[in-house]
Amino acid sequence: MPVDILKEKYTGKVQEVVLGATKEEGGTRAYTVKLGGSSTLPFLQFEGEIPNRPVIAYEMWDIKPDWPDCFEEVYGDVWNDPVAWAKKIEELGADVIYLKLKGADPELDNSKTPDECAKVVKAILENTGAPLMVEGPGNPEKDNDVLQAVGEAAAGENIALGVAEKDNYRSIAAACMMGKHCIVGRSPVDINILKQLNIMLTEMGVSPEKIINDPLTGGLGYGIEYSYSIMERARWGALIGDKMMAFPVVCLAGPEAWRAKEAFAPVEEAGPGWGEQKPRGIMWEAMTAAALLQAGGDLVLMRHPEAAKLVKKHLEGLMVSNAY
Amino acid sequence: MGLTGLAIFKLLPKTNCGECGVPTCMAFAMNLASGKATLSDCPHVSDAAKEALESATAPPIKLVKAGSGDNVLEMGDEQVLFRHDKTFYHPTGIFIEVADTDDVAGKVAEIDALKFERVGQTYVVDGVAIKGSAADSFKKAVEAAAAKTNKVLLLMCEDPAAMEAAAAVVADRKPILYAANADNYEKMVEIAKKINAPLVVKGKNLEDLAGLVEKVAGLGYKELILDSGERETSKVLADLTQIRRQAIKKRFRPFGYPAIAFTTEEDPYLEALQAQVYVSKFASVVVMKNTDLASLLTLFSWRSNIYTDPQKPIAVQPGVYAIGAVTPDSPVYITTNFSLTYYTVATEVEATRLPSYLIAFDTDGLSVMTAWAGGKFIGETIGPWLKDSDINQKVNHKKLIIPGGVAAIKGKIEELSGWEVIVGPREASGIGSFAKLRLGA
Repeated sequence: MPVDILKEKYTGKVQEVVLGATKEEGGTRAYTVKLGGSSTLPFLQFEGEIPNRPVIAYEMWDIKPDWPDCFEEVYGDVWNDPVAWAKKIEELGADVIYLKLKGADPELDNSKTPDECAKVVKAILENTGAPLMVEGPGNPEKDNDVLQAVGEAAAGENIALGVAEKDNYRSIAAACMMGKHCIVGRSPVDINILKQLNIMLTEMGVSPEKIINDPLTGGLGYGIEYSYSIMERARWGALIGDKMMAFPVVCLAGPEAWRAKEAFAPVEEAGPGWGEQKPRGIMWEAMTAAALLQAGGDLVLMRHPEAAKLVKKHLEGLMVSNAY
Repeated sequence: MGLTGLAIFKLLPKTNCGECGVPTCMAFAMNLASGKATLSDCPHVSDAAKEALESATAPPIKLVKAGSGDNVLEMGDEQVLFRHDKTFYHPTGIFIEVADTDDVAGKVAEIDALKFERVGQTYVVDGVAIKGSAADSFKKAVEAAAAKTNKVLLLMCEDPAAMEAAAAVVADRKPILYAANADNYEKMVEIAKKINAPLVVKGKNLEDLAGLVEKVAGLGYKELILDSGERETSKVLADLTQIRRQAIKKRFRPFGYPAIAFTTEEDPYLEALQAQVYVSKFASVVVMKNTDLASLLTLFSWRSNIYTDPQKPIAVQPGVYAIGAVTPDSPVYITTNFSLTYYTVATEVEATRLPSYLIAFDTDGLSVMTAWAGGKFIGETIGPWLKDSDINQKVNHKKLIIPGGVAAIKGKIEELSGWEVIVGPREASGIGSFAKLRLGA
């Protein structure tokens, strides 16, 4: 019996944002990546276009991170040297390098100065070809100083600077506009604040093709469903034409997943039925990322390379056209 | 639901007899449309009108049940495409497939024993699928499986004779029968009807499926589950979306049943990610092959998340909980009654192996920081409560450990309760080292 395939007619789409700049475009990146651009719900190519596969970024820090012990065997050989670390994640298959400048946290001894941070970023750019995202240490004042210095040092490279929040976005937005970079705007799992922040950024003069959103990720088992629903609502908003909900979305799967005891607890401290730590941690992260991709994630930030590889492989199957 | 009051009115006797409790048929029709009345309240409605109205006011997706005793799986009866529009009601059943050529008893016992616990929840596999290769071995395998587990059984064999023999073995268990196809459906319906078991209708694609469902429903059987026959991840996602959408938005009757999906990835981790897609998007049953612990733990956790009702915060009963063999010297912790917070803290306190009291303070199910910001987890509320709480009779000290994130409420609690407040760690994961350093655990 004939079945009329039910297709939604959308009027909007997710804003496409280019990250990175090649030599021709005034930078030195070996390639650029495009975020967003979808004119349909996640992976439903039967009713719209998905021009760009969701992007996989690898997380690294400028100092040795306080990550669970199991990362020693993965990054222990490089995590005291940001350039070596950046090269390693590029070799591991990162589409994008995501650098957190934790070393500039004023709470730390020998907290890095903005100039020192800028030097780290320059060195990474000189030694890698992947587009770069840079996150400040998480202290509003220091973020502003550090990201301004980084923005200047990386002028022309079209990196992303983050994170801008409702109460601290002006200085970061200015740094982005000055160096022609992208900006990551974060809202605390709140769709109204997400929209409000986007309006403030555009009113300040940030171009829509430079805005990326971080709706804040909850990890698997610990509030991920809130992020999932906010993202589903934002995607729907984008598709019905609300341009202030239409920016590509990044999901911090790695950092959030590894906060959970289920991910890092060694087997002797594990709960009933949990099994060995290594596969459990990798799957905790991979499942977090995969679930958020179903809600419309345009970039997933990954920490463990094995988790990232699983997600990349998983995406291959999802990107096969399902047009009827 | 579905029909307007006016459309329903046209089908009513229009006698305005008032026996239904409202004075006019029009008023009764309006009540029916808004769900305030049921059709059985009208003693004069014709059979033809009854059938038309019942199918029009039936839920968009039929509720179908499998299994028996304590192991009943409810499938379908979903109302929305997005959980934020209301909620998802019936969590996807996770089944593990065993071939009749395997060591069935051994494998089924292993599957039956799988059990995961976290944040106060227990996750177990919902059912076992037995895949038949030949009539004789299939029947034996079903017997062996039934002896090893009380979980829901799913019998997979498209040969009606083999299915009939195997189904007879577990006739009282309400197994799911897989599957009716274009060639065998008459016989399969007969077998399913006999034991009142849900029957999977398997098409070659959506059109074929819809046609087949019409034929099966034409035989008067409606305990059905849908399989479009598609197995590629993105295409299964599309089919499951179409089935759910057409049922809910178009009330397309052939798709008004729960749907089943099968994983194809061989790697257990990729398989779990694939299963996640079907749990997220509209499958009522997912049949998998591997039993890797990390895969299942993460998949079950995700299922629990997405089936959480977004309309209400989940709370535990407020009160004083004893963790371990407490004594009057035991330390006293306080947190909120948001269940995720409570169980995360309780798990950590338990892990210190130091018997302790944990107070789940009534914050209407809000987490610590949210409740604090909302004025529900502050000195002014905790202090007076603590002063009069029965915890005062349970311990011989007055020392309360509060979450580090709300250190600011220390003074007010002390002032209003007469207790001494110790500021604990910010994150629950810090409780272990806190207890070691500060409490001598």
